[in-house]
Amino acid sequence: MSVKPRIKLDKKEAKKGDLIEVKALVSHVMESGQRKDSAGKTIPRKILNKFICTVNGKEVFSADFEPAISANPYIQFKFKAQESGPVVLTWIDDDGSKIVGEEKITVS
Amino acid sequence: MKLSFDRRQVLTIGVGAAVAAAFGVLPAPAYAANDSEDVIKKFTGDKKATEGRIKFDLPEIAENGNTVPMTVSVESPMTEQSYVTDVLVLTDGNPRAGVATFHFSPASGVAEANTRIRLASTQNVIAVAKMNDGSFFTAKKLVKVTIGGCGG
Repeated sequence: MSVKPRIKLDKKEAKKGDLIEVKALVSHVMESGQRKDSAGKTIPRKILNKFICTVNGKEVFSADFEPAISANPYIQFKFKAQESGPVVLTWIDDDGSKIVGEEKITVS
Repeated sequence: MKLSFDRRQVLTIGVGAAVAAAFGVLPAPAYAANDSEDVIKKFTGDKKATEGRIKFDLPEIAENGNTVPMTVSVESPMTEQSYVTDVLVLTDGNPRAGVATFHFSPASGVAEANTRIRLASTQNVIAVAKMNDGSFFTAKKLVKVTIGGCGG
């Protein structure tokens, strides 16, 4: 199953040193591992446990998620514009699979 | 362990809650102690965290505990000399304490992040920030939850 994350940068062209705000939303059940199904069996945990944002290959922000993050996780953060290049957002699932989204930024 | 109430107990609780609500007296929330203290200890390495420098943006009352918007920001110049490295967010009433850990660097510009979290019941949300010089800051905020968000 491939999921396409929704990513929005508040500006795609920036001056060096500007703060860029990133908003990203991805579809995922974020099953907490705490819930039980109708037969009383625990539904196994399945969440995105790691999020990384790189700009031009350099990490600017990352996060570790626990089951207490809501389904369809939303994340918003900022980074300082330094150089033009791809802004790559990666989410890593408990099962090792990855969800990747990309935007571009031009820094003058 | 399964909790069971007979009809009389349920009625008593109901009346009690109604009376408490009527007089504006809420019973102290009964927290199920979780591993929040251990998680903080592991994060700070037993160092003491000072109150302050962290700003929480959380609703006073969350109607739906399944998705509570949360913004956490830490005051810092975010330069190579002085910046926030990690911010741990946890709760003291969820079945498991941890919520998220955000990792920042001078390239982040500001130490601020927003996400949506699950809260099982009325409880404190706690943040602990780690600075690059090894000091720690902490803050907490009580959020009242109308409908819990951990299923079950």
